[in-house]
Amino acid sequence: MGRALNAHAAADVPLPSRAERANRTERPQSVSLVVEDMHCGACMTTIERALRRTPGVREGRVNLSTRRVSIAFDAAVTDSQALVDVIGAAGFKAAEAIEGSSEQENRRADDLLRRLGVAGFAAANVMLLSVSVWAGAASDMDAAAASLFHWLSALIAMPAIAYSAQPFFRSAKAAIGARRLNMDVPISLGIVLATGMSLFQTFRGSHQVYFDAAIMLTFFLLIGRYLDEHVRLKARGAAENLIGLKSLTATVIGSDGTARRMAARALTPGMRVQVAAGERIPVDGRIVEGESEIDESLITGETLPRWAKPGADVHAGTVNMTRAVTVQATATDDSTLLAEIARLMQAAEQGRGQYVRLADRASRLYAPAVHVLGALTFAGWMLAGAGWELSLTYAVAVLIITCPCALALAVPAVQVAATSRLFAKGVIVKAADGLERLAEVDTVVFDKTGTLTRGEPVLRNGSELSDAVLAKAASLAVASRHPYSRAVVRAARERGLTIAAASGVVEIPGSGLAAASPAGEIRLGSAEWIKSGDPSGGRTGSLRFADANGEIANFEFEDAVRPGARDVVSALKLAGYRVALLSGDRETTVNAVAQAVGIADAWAGIKPNGKICFIEDLKARGRKVLMVGDGLNDAPALAAAHASLSPSTAADISQTAADAVFQGQPLAPILETMTVARAAQRMSFENFAIAIGYNVVFVPLAMAGYVTPLIAALAMSLSSIAVTANALRLRGRNLPLESLRRTA
Amino acid sequence: MSALAWLIPCALALGGLGLAAFIWSLNSGQFNDLEGSGWRAIQDDEEPSQPPKP
Repeated sequence: MGRALNAHAAADVPLPSRAERANRTERPQSVSLVVEDMHCGACMTTIERALRRTPGVREGRVNLSTRRVSIAFDAAVTDSQALVDVIGAAGFKAAEAIEGSSEQENRRADDLLRRLGVAGFAAANVMLLSVSVWAGAASDMDAAAASLFHWLSALIAMPAIAYSAQPFFRSAKAAIGARRLNMDVPISLGIVLATGMSLFQTFRGSHQVYFDAAIMLTFFLLIGRYLDEHVRLKARGAAENLIGLKSLTATVIGSDGTARRMAARALTPGMRVQVAAGERIPVDGRIVEGESEIDESLITGETLPRWAKPGADVHAGTVNMTRAVTVQATATDDSTLLAEIARLMQAAEQGRGQYVRLADRASRLYAPAVHVLGALTFAGWMLAGAGWELSLTYAVAVLIITCPCALALAVPAVQVAATSRLFAKGVIVKAADGLERLAEVDTVVFDKTGTLTRGEPVLRNGSELSDAVLAKAASLAVASRHPYSRAVVRAARERGLTIAAASGVVEIPGSGLAAASPAGEIRLGSAEWIKSGDPSGGRTGSLRFADANGEIANFEFEDAVRPGARDVVSALKLAGYRVALLSGDRETTVNAVAQAVGIADAWAGIKPNGKICFIEDLKARGRKVLMVGDGLNDAPALAAAHASLSPSTAADISQTAADAVFQGQPLAPILETMTVARAAQRMSFENFAIAIGYNVVFVPLAMAGYVTPLIAALAMSLSSIAVTANALRLRGRNLPLESLRRTA
Repeated sequence: MSALAWLIPCALALGGLGLAAFIWSLNSGQFNDLEGSGWRAIQDDEEPSQPPKP
């Protein structure tokens, strides 16, 4: 016996080692990449062909709807960074997708679709049989045939309901377990009672059979639920793509000095990363080599760069402006600023969890009313001496009629129409209850840098400079990647000047640019350097240009306001919103921007926790605040505000905290979002009115016992179609921003 | 009325066939990329089986 076991064990031994050997030669792995600018079949084919030609790739398949490519590859031959480069060489910007909970959500949407299919099949067949029975009642159908049809309906409807309506049953059970009522409680009760009662009446051979109504109800509600899930999934995917595409590639320097490119997300503490001038710093860390100016506007809101020496802490998302530095990655929890932001955000988010959605608020009133009406009908008919069976039939009719089919579709239908409309305009609404919260807002608080402004310097005093000076300065600047240089070149291009690149331009990092010309040296750089030749070390908001013959011109820079900012602010004010500006930047800069966009209520030098205090203070005074911000320093305020918006250029953490993300330079999407959110809210109320109006007509009929299965089925379908049609009006119409009716 | 004996099973079977086809297409991932599938159908094959004649 013992020997037999040993022999068996011995026989097993080679197997794992064989598998190991196989693993060593081939390591199958898969990755999902986000690809930008992929619009049609040609792009799809280009990418798939490029991947197929790449050694190590087993399969690459493009999903055009989600803008992703899933690739199965052999990790022993290639890696995901190489694949990103392959797609880059084919002309597309790709990045590794951040893995959310999308897989599970995809499965849930598929599950709903499957249940919807089953419910649709059953509803069609049951309606076929029901129509025959209704028609037969008016002609010569005998009782035996009607009974047969009822039995067939039961056989089709009951398993279909048991399977398809499970999402409602589960949600209702959870709600009752938590001792509260949601919309799914009356829905489940209606479906279960109608099915049970119909089965009983089928046994008895009576006419009060409601299988058709029960299965139609399930079908319509599943449509609403699936669309809701589908739109949310699409928005979530798009939001993840935005963040994924911003991810950077880092140049890592190994201990032997060799440089190697890898995704910034794969960096670990201790790695040394080289950051060239003009590049975004990919990781939190400390400068170990080199000195440079660091643009920290995304983190602090401060527009002027900071001079950083070896030993200085730098944050991911800041831009290295002047010369290459080497940064050693540190763990994020080392950084006090980030740790503080994370702590503030956590505290701020707790307050928001208590928001109750509109549909749930409606169901809190509606569900008890439905149950009371049903009970009253039963009690009333019992007292009138109708007997328990007839009384119960009428009570079930009331439950079916009041079953909030239209009510439960009213909000999701509007939400889906509104979200799709905004999606087409480049606004991604991520939070499920985001639109509802946006609609309630009465105060809008803007961040300055990167939100009201572009977050990149623009030449301010261009009008004071002559064409000749600008053209000459641009001929130097075109050789540099410094943001100020780029601003000079942009200004020259906008004026239509031809830029002749100067030959032999020397960039003196931290100081400026110089080039020899036939007449002598020309220079563009900091004032100190031009004057005395000393390298500058302080904060600067200007450059100086020195001609060969000693002529000097000043170039002043500012962070330009986004296009349409002034119009957006004035439209918001006109509609009755209170508008404020909160910034971590210095007072003079903040005031200048506030004046440019027309905001009187501007606050400068506010720290992240100061922003939260400001918002909490507004909240305490009963205001519902919309925070619009992009920086890391705005993230806690975004989480604390009643609703939040953030541009797609925002720091990852802010984008995640915001309810909605808008794309592109103009600020107009903010207005569109507010408009659609308010219109959606109004339409939700309209839909409630339609649903309740229909109940006002049919509930008395049902209580009086006049509702036949035919009336129940028709009324149910018509009300659902009416609210859906109303919601669809939200698409493609031109909407004005409704003004707030101030009550206070 | 005797026609019902075969008409109803026929109707149900056809409906069931449709449902089965739907569930099969769902399970095989055909609803995952509605945009891409349309394009895929009209794309040229990578290597044409016959070289185009001059």
